[in-house]
Amino acid sequence: MHAIRKKRLITIAVILFILSAALGLVMYALQQNINLFYSPTQIASGEAPVNTTIRAGGMVVVGSVHRNSDTLDVTFDVTDFKHNVRIQYRGILPDLFREGQGIVAQGKLMNNGIFRASQVLAKHDEKYMPPEVSDALKEAQKKTTTKPSTSDF
Amino acid sequence: MSWIWFHKLGSPKWFYQWSSKWATAVFLIGLLATLIGVGWGLGFAPTDYQQGETYRIIYLHVPAAVLAESCYFSLGVAGFVYLVWQMKMAPIFIKSMAPIGAAMAAIALLSGAIWGKPTWGTWWVWDARLTSVLVLFILYMGIIALQNTLEDVTLANQAAAIVSVLGLINLPIIKYSVNWWNTLHQPASFSLTKKPTMPMDMWLPLLIAVIGFYCLVAGLAMWRMQSEILLRERRTQWVKEKVMNDGV
Repeated sequence: MHAIRKKRLITIAVILFILSAALGLVMYALQQNINLFYSPTQIASGEAPVNTTIRAGGMVVVGSVHRNSDTLDVTFDVTDFKHNVRIQYRGILPDLFREGQGIVAQGKLMNNGIFRASQVLAKHDEKYMPPEVSDALKEAQKKTTTKPSTSDF
Repeated sequence: MSWIWFHKLGSPKWFYQWSSKWATAVFLIGLLATLIGVGWGLGFAPTDYQQGETYRIIYLHVPAAVLAESCYFSLGVAGFVYLVWQMKMAPIFIKSMAPIGAAMAAIALLSGAIWGKPTWGTWWVWDARLTSVLVLFILYMGIIALQNTLEDVTLANQAAAIVSVLGLINLPIIKYSVNWWNTLHQPASFSLTKKPTMPMDMWLPLLIAVIGFYCLVAGLAMWRMQSEILLRERRTQWVKEKVMNDGV
């Protein structure tokens, strides 16, 4: 390769490398700001600030959803399979909200450890299947109960 | 290895003649595959067990998102080629491809928002994936703006090439944003290297749509490059002769 071209190539490669490294360090330092939500484990370990608007995310614990019959109040627990957080919400939940489904809630963590949500978003996983397949899978799961993985939400 | 193809590719005249033979065919194949893939996906693929019919927007969203990233990757490579070898064709490619990539990024963002409202419950959230794709769209806009506002052609070429190369850093961020950070956006549904996350009768139309989008973009890019070549090479003998003979 021609000497000038070689020099240009090396210069560009070095600039790209330095910029990538710098950006990588910035993103690493800002990791907590880039994360969209706190996991129940982070909330349990006190990483999440109290009485500040934050987001909490996790999978809705099966059987934990309690709706008030007179109002739109609803409480449920979310989990990352290590810790649980109780969430209170008043309003209409998204269509995809259901037990065993991932959600992200925005709101404030109160001093008593309950999270009061002002907005609940449903998180969707990357798996798609026709209803018949899903029914068949559920049948199969009843026979062999498998442990859900944290990557499911 | 022979480098003749590489030098040929650098010749606007050679590329013009070569792409004239292929552009229409590639575009028509792309159109056909897109119609089959998207039509199959929207009309005949099975519904999803959770989202019902809403999920069908992936047949538009995923191909557009894949192409938005692929187009940018090609811009980065072209920018690199221009900065190192000063190849004439590279800025022509960047100028022709940038608006197509920008359109793909816009389709991905809009279709994602339309899907997000019924599925997540919100049009937009500032999570790492959505934000990094918005940055990709803005990078495209920057490249288009640089190419069109700088009067000095060499300066415009260089500026666009530099932005194209530096923007490459954004691509791994987009791709791995859903793995590195907590995001609302789910991990990738479509990959050629991993086991599909959906059954074959959902996955196959998606694959055909992605291939179709690739060919569509390739055909469009070749046409745009041909116009750009004629414009930039208007003072050369072969373009003058062509215009005299064909009256383009």
